[in-house]
Amino acid sequence: MDINLTIIGQSVAFAIFCWFCHRYVWPLFANVLEERKRTIAEGLEAAAQAELKLESASRQSTEQLEEAKTSAAGIIDQANRRAAQIIDEAKQQAQVEAERVMAAAQAEIEQEANRAKEELRTQVSSIAIAGAEKILGRAVDQAANEEMLTQLAAEL
Amino acid sequence: MAEAGAESQTVQEYIVHHLSYLTYGRHPDGHWGFAHTPEEAAEMGFMAIHVDTMGWSLALGGAFLLWFRYIGLRASADNPGAIQNFVESIFEFVDNRVTEGFLHKNSLIGPLALTVFVWILLMNTMDLVPVDWITGIAALIGEHVFGFDHMPFKIVPTTDPNITMGMSLSIFALIIWYSIKHKGLGGFLGELAFHPFGKWMVPFNLMIEIPTLIAKPISLGLRLFGNLYAGELLFLLIAGLLGIWQLPAHFAWAVFHLLVVPLQAFVFMMLTIVYLNAAHDAAH
Repeated sequence: MDINLTIIGQSVAFAIFCWFCHRYVWPLFANVLEERKRTIAEGLEAAAQAELKLESASRQSTEQLEEAKTSAAGIIDQANRRAAQIIDEAKQQAQVEAERVMAAAQAEIEQEANRAKEELRTQVSSIAIAGAEKILGRAVDQAANEEMLTQLAAEL
Repeated sequence: MAEAGAESQTVQEYIVHHLSYLTYGRHPDGHWGFAHTPEEAAEMGFMAIHVDTMGWSLALGGAFLLWFRYIGLRASADNPGAIQNFVESIFEFVDNRVTEGFLHKNSLIGPLALTVFVWILLMNTMDLVPVDWITGIAALIGEHVFGFDHMPFKIVPTTDPNITMGMSLSIFALIIWYSIKHKGLGGFLGELAFHPFGKWMVPFNLMIEIPTLIAKPISLGLRLFGNLYAGELLFLLIAGLLGIWQLPAHFAWAVFHLLVVPLQAFVFMMLTIVYLNAAHDAAH
């Protein structure tokens, strides 16, 4: 083996190349890989955040929907109750009104009947006298029979 | 693929040519210049440099770093292109190995592992370039432009022990440096002297621990060199001996080598990480 100055030349070259690589080559790639690692980590982090946000938003929307349903059901319930109440009230009013109308009608009927009775009562003496005149064939003195006629009318 | 050289060379000359380096150094008479023959290169001894493997090593390492920096500067975290994804996958692969294997805090280990892995991977990959393409062209240029007779030109840096040992010894220096830094000089020497059998067995402990320590860089560098050298040599033998039958043989060996090339780069990186992790372990 012929060992000569080449071995020294190679050693010096090796030292210089290592220095150059350490100073000018290695950091470039180390930085790029580091940067890419960071970017990916940030991306994954952002994705996880977005997922959390989505989850909370969907939970919130479900809650709101649930709330809306509950409140709608409440409103319907209330409306139903109110409607029933209104109908009840109307029924009651109608009944009262009907009773009132019936009472008024009854009162009118009674009044009418009374008036008819009264009229009959006032006319009964003249009818009776006319009837008696026909029977007797002569005029009956009303004044003379006034007491009897009044008694008759009162009995009607 | 060996036809160009095979006419005028024996197989042995062909292989020797391919295993020689283009060497620039100090001749025995004191002047500096290229070695024109293997003998001249051998005479230069230590005061020489392998222009071909060193040059390919620098070119591939520089290309890797500049290209990675080019991609890195244009990298976007949100919208990565295909090339950026490719480079990032290499980066992440190395980074994961470092995270698993290195349990201490040291910002140098990642870049070190990345440099080791990609650089060695590229240098090993040169082994898959057919053995005569670039070497053949270079030999022609050498012959006609510079007046060489069979100019050698090796293109696989990791088949040069200087290259692999240069890296493994650098890592060995880091192992020693971090061991002393994190364990103290006493702690580091104590680890050598008092393990595994306590203070009454110091010579025996040293006999075990010092070879263990020294074996790390040697095995690290020689494993890589041996694997690639053997791979290259087999390509050369196939090219030199098999004539037309070299084509399927080259293919089969290249497919097998596709496993060896990244595996050896990976092994070198993993052992670098593991050794340096052990050097940081204060309590042994």
